[in-house]
Amino acid sequence: MSAERIQGGSKGVQLDSAASEETRDSQGRTPESIREESVSAPEDKPEEREDAAGEAGGAEEGKRRRLRWRKKELPGGLWLKCEACAATIYRKELEGKGMVCPSCGFHFTLPGAERIRMVLDEGTWEEFYADLASLDRLEFTDKISYAEKLQRTVERTGQNEALLCGTGEIENRPVVLAVLDFKFLGGSMGEVVGEKIALACELARKRHRPLVIFTSSGGARMHEGMLSLMQMAKTCAALRSLNEAGGFSICVLTNPTTGGVTASFATVCDLTLAEPGALIGFAGPRVIATTLKQELPAGFQRAEFLLEKGHLDAIVERADLRDTLARLIDYGRAAWSAE
Amino acid sequence: MSEAPPDKPEPGAGERPAKGASPPRGAETGPEFERPIRDLEGQLAELQELAGGTQLDISSEVAALRARLEAAIETTYSELSPWDRVIVARHPERPVAGDYVNAILDDFIELHGDRSYGDDRAILTGLARIDDERFMLIGHRKGRTTKERLACNFGCAHPEGYRKALHKMRLAEKLGLPIVTLINTPGAYPGIGAEERGQALAIAENILAMFGLRVPILVIVIGEGGSGGALGIGIGDRVLMMEYAYYSVISPEGCAAILWKDGERTPDAAASLRLTSADLERLELVDGVIPEPRGGAHRDREGAMQTVRATILSELAGLRRLETDELLRLRREKFRHAGAIDGRFPTCP
Ligand SMILES: [Zn+2]
Repeated sequence: MSAERIQGGSKGVQLDSAASEETRDSQGRTPESIREESVSAPEDKPEEREDAAGEAGGAEEGKRRRLRWRKKELPGGLWLKCEACAATIYRKELEGKGMVCPSCGFHFTLPGAERIRMVLDEGTWEEFYADLASLDRLEFTDKISYAEKLQRTVERTGQNEALLCGTGEIENRPVVLAVLDFKFLGGSMGEVVGEKIALACELARKRHRPLVIFTSSGGARMHEGMLSLMQMAKTCAALRSLNEAGGFSICVLTNPTTGGVTASFATVCDLTLAEPGALIGFAGPRVIATTLKQELPAGFQRAEFLLEKGHLDAIVERADLRDTLARLIDYGRAAWSAE
Repeated sequence: MSEAPPDKPEPGAGERPAKGASPPRGAETGPEFERPIRDLEGQLAELQELAGGTQLDISSEVAALRARLEAAIETTYSELSPWDRVIVARHPERPVAGDYVNAILDDFIELHGDRSYGDDRAILTGLARIDDERFMLIGHRKGRTTKERLACNFGCAHPEGYRKALHKMRLAEKLGLPIVTLINTPGAYPGIGAEERGQALAIAENILAMFGLRVPILVIVIGEGGSGGALGIGIGDRVLMMEYAYYSVISPEGCAAILWKDGERTPDAAASLRLTSADLERLELVDGVIPEPRGGAHRDREGAMQTVRATILSELAGLRRLETDELLRLRREKFRHAGAIDGRFPTCP
């Protein structure tokens, strides 16, 4: 992929990715995209896990080494600007730290495939429902048709939709994993994303595995109109069935998670975790600031703010995620014995 | 215990017409597309006034004018664009929850408070009765006078509103009373307090909980179905829309601002979003449409509300016939496969 192509693509993400109005300003930019203007949207294609072989450290290695990061997959300039502290960071240094800002600890948004690689034991990922692709059922056209937007996004990202779902293991504990990928139309939830979340709940139920979800999403995908709003109901219906069958679910909210995703499955799992600094909310900060015509308090809608207000079980640093998830899963075993 | 119905206008406040009456004649306010109708209404009123003071027989002129008026309503309302329909759904004279309380309930005892934070005026809850049918009424409250509208945040609920709704719905479950929700909101309130108290979580918890409530739930979108703020009281065994209500993932204005970056394109956004009752029935996202009087509910408020009354009675009677486990299974299945094309999605292996 040429640099030019990459830039064009990243612009597409910034300006065209669907999100609920709550996360947009009047120009239609998400707060994320505005602050990330200097950071190209990750363009990497999901690759086979085997590609990452050799980078994983031994068990005795420090936590940081667990972040199996594949450096060549992050395109863009050599220097990046941190959206939290505005520090200019050498890309290689950032990558070496799993895309965590070395000066302030801000956790950059991760592409879905990287998240999966980072969280799961090597070679354990088996993707499900990867072929489910969205349809332009409303024949929605703004500047271009939704059908064309989808096609371009599929070509650019190499994946059919914003949700990756499948099975794998976290430190030898079998799980069902679902990961929302912000680079696919802002991680927005349309029919296929909702369906795959529901299918992930059902997979967890049938296989008696804990369900682990990572979110990063601007909200509902407005090109699918009410079909997208109804995914909030669909995912909660499936989660409820999982709960009634004794399932165990953990959702990790990552930067940014807003709109219809926070107002449905993402906040009502058994455990709600978040990465440090993640923007989490129903309405986006710009919409609120515009509505109220006032400045928002510092740290508003960040993970630490939500923890203080009582909406999170814990904030977990990226370097500790695997270990924490593994330990949490062990507490969920009383309900279900693993396979 | 019982208090004045919340949307009742204060004495002397506003120019609200009598219950069921048409908007004030010659009203200058109202949708632009209704201008021909308003003009004819004005002419008719003038003619009648003029004739009132004389012995002239103008009955044929009145009849002719009335026929033209009826034709104008017919024409205008058969050609409404999706954006026009949104304007009708927001019409200031369109019946709101408090009007239904006044017009169609034989008893109503308002219940307040979420038991943890406060009493959100944007959500109206209470024990209600029509004939012998008792139920829990849950609705967005918009208010009618300016003061009421401000107190209700124009129907935009805070988390405590959704929690109040859930608290009352759980009471209904305990008492074995069916639940009727009336949706009419531009959306959930976007604000600092709302976020601090968990707006998203409150909506999500309601959606999750409503799938488990062991009593029938009837949902009626009576005006604006504004996104997650609507869905927070929108899970039901039957989801109906009034003919000129709309239900949308985002407001047409918000959609135009984001996708077209141009507020002038709001009508295009309204059309693209497929937010009308006919579109949503076709997509199988609502179970039925309640017809409105010709020219919309604001033109014959009493007629529109009586249709809703009859619908509540017949729907609840129908839902009562289902065994509870079957009711819950069907409710969940309906949303689990909402709007899906048959055979499109796989079943879990
Ligand atoms: Zn930083």
